[in-house]
Amino acid sequence: MIRVIKPGLQTTVQDEGRFGHYAIGMPPAGAMDNESYAVANLLVGNRRGAAALEVTYMGPELEFQTDTTLAICGADIPPRINGDLIPTWEAVNVQAGDVLTFDVLKQGVRTYIAVAGGIDVPVVMGSRSTYTLCGVGGYHGRTLQPGDVLHQAAEQARTPKLGVAIPAEWRPQFPSVLDVHVVVGLYSYRLLEDSLNEFLNTEWTVTPEANRIGYRYKGVRLNFVPRNQPFGAGSNPSNVVDCGYPIGSIQIPDGVEPIILLNDAVTGGGYATVATVISADLHRVAQTRTNQKARFVAVTVEEALHRRRQKQQRLAEIESFLEA
Amino acid sequence: MHMEPRYTYGGDEFLFAELAEEMSLEANFRVSAITQHLKNKELSGVVDICPANASYMVRFNPDVLSAEKLLAEMQNSDRTTSQSSRVHLSARVVDVPILFEDPWTREALMKARDRHQAPDSTDIEYAADINGYATKEDFIQALVGAPYLVSMTGFVPGLPWCFQITPRNRQIEVPKYVRPRTYTPERAFGFGGAFACIYPVQGAGGYQLFGIAPGPIFDREQRLPDFKESMVFPQPGDIFNYRAITMEEYEALRAQVEQGNFQYRMTSVEFHPDEVISDPEGFSRRALGGLYGD
Repeated sequence: MIRVIKPGLQTTVQDEGRFGHYAIGMPPAGAMDNESYAVANLLVGNRRGAAALEVTYMGPELEFQTDTTLAICGADIPPRINGDLIPTWEAVNVQAGDVLTFDVLKQGVRTYIAVAGGIDVPVVMGSRSTYTLCGVGGYHGRTLQPGDVLHQAAEQARTPKLGVAIPAEWRPQFPSVLDVHVVVGLYSYRLLEDSLNEFLNTEWTVTPEANRIGYRYKGVRLNFVPRNQPFGAGSNPSNVVDCGYPIGSIQIPDGVEPIILLNDAVTGGGYATVATVISADLHRVAQTRTNQKARFVAVTVEEALHRRRQKQQRLAEIESFLEA
Repeated sequence: MHMEPRYTYGGDEFLFAELAEEMSLEANFRVSAITQHLKNKELSGVVDICPANASYMVRFNPDVLSAEKLLAEMQNSDRTTSQSSRVHLSARVVDVPILFEDPWTREALMKARDRHQAPDSTDIEYAADINGYATKEDFIQALVGAPYLVSMTGFVPGLPWCFQITPRNRQIEVPKYVRPRTYTPERAFGFGGAFACIYPVQGAGGYQLFGIAPGPIFDREQRLPDFKESMVFPQPGDIFNYRAITMEEYEALRAQVEQGNFQYRMTSVEFHPDEVISDPEGFSRRALGGLYGD
């Protein structure tokens, strides 16, 4: 059992996400940096998909009421047990009565606390992930609060290997300007050619509106091809007849500020989407924060699939490394 | 003549197909037929099939199913269903009570006048005016004068986009707010572009607000009988008949919701898309005759 003394800024239970319900408007939720989340689970010997805690900006204060093993991976927020620094990217044993706290965030945004067996909350529509907007899944559908008590599940497949740290080359990089790889498409033909070029050549800045729903960027104003709007589309040239939004798709309402839709986003609406962040880069976006810079770099679908395989290989190598 | 859909990628996990740029019953019936056909194939590697108003998209796992293979299947479903006279659809016909000009949406819209095209009138007065109706009452009569096709669900879980089954020249169109509201009450009845909707949960929103529904759209606890199978009630392809009610009926229905015994009045109808497109009024009479038994 784990007792929440202080919840941190926004701590939620997340797993790989809720799949197969997008058509009714249910976004996947799930760990925003799914790579750090997966590594934390591997370190404590959990099965793929066990639920962990996603910490945002400011860490929680947790009291362990039983002996267990934990691993912390993701953003650089130095953790302490009973006041002493403990390593991240490594499995660590804790004892009943130990208290976990965090220092101030140094780099990145989100970190993951995996515990042996995973966090046990009811599985809702195939997932334990929290979708706070509608109160679905997770711990009572919400972010953690003081006094909450979390139970551990039995999703452990292997004995954790203590004292083995994940090498630096497999940990996330936090570049000052993030290259976000995108596949241009969907309604990209609605942008003027110059604007599409500007979209790809501008150094964008993350605005304060950057959360699990989406990331909004500021930079330059973009323009859409003028036209008589099709029936039902709405009056703004950035409007289209309401359609589905792919996860990671980028829309630019009124041409003002591009928005990347992420794990808790709306599943459809009436704005023209112009590109989609490749699946292998979504977790990198999730580690950027307000005022950080990003560029949208166009790639082919083949390149997107290549990067997807690279990411899968990275995880497979980490898994063999831990089993060796 | 058969129009080939426009196919495009949404990154490495989505394929998107647009059937038409403008909204029409024809386009939405095509979406229904294609997505149903595609669903019946039970393709391994397909994660979600998401029908929308005049387009649809498929989320797939490219490790299991290649985009080329999926695209070929989408094209095959399009060709196979392109003769609409051979397509047979079945729909639920649902009575959806609405209390127009209720105090809750009124409070929400009055707080957001600085985000609206017409700060000095209410949303319904503005919408009646720009659609050429002399009074609010005439406008409400037009809103409830013909049933709606649920042409898409989503945005948040369960939100139905509803397109009125009426000739184009009688269709209502309104702009969205200049800037979205930050607050919309749960179950608010709104209108934006050519679509009516009911907001399943409290939240932001940009549609004009006309009223509120007593019946829920989203039931997380799945307490009510209509929600036993799913947290959400609307399904694409449903036919919703909005019916204006009094505050007295609203309160009675809310009490039923609280007691856990509220149920939507509904029936089903079978039809060919051509019947609806060529004679929307005749079709509506037939569908509603089954619902209200007259």
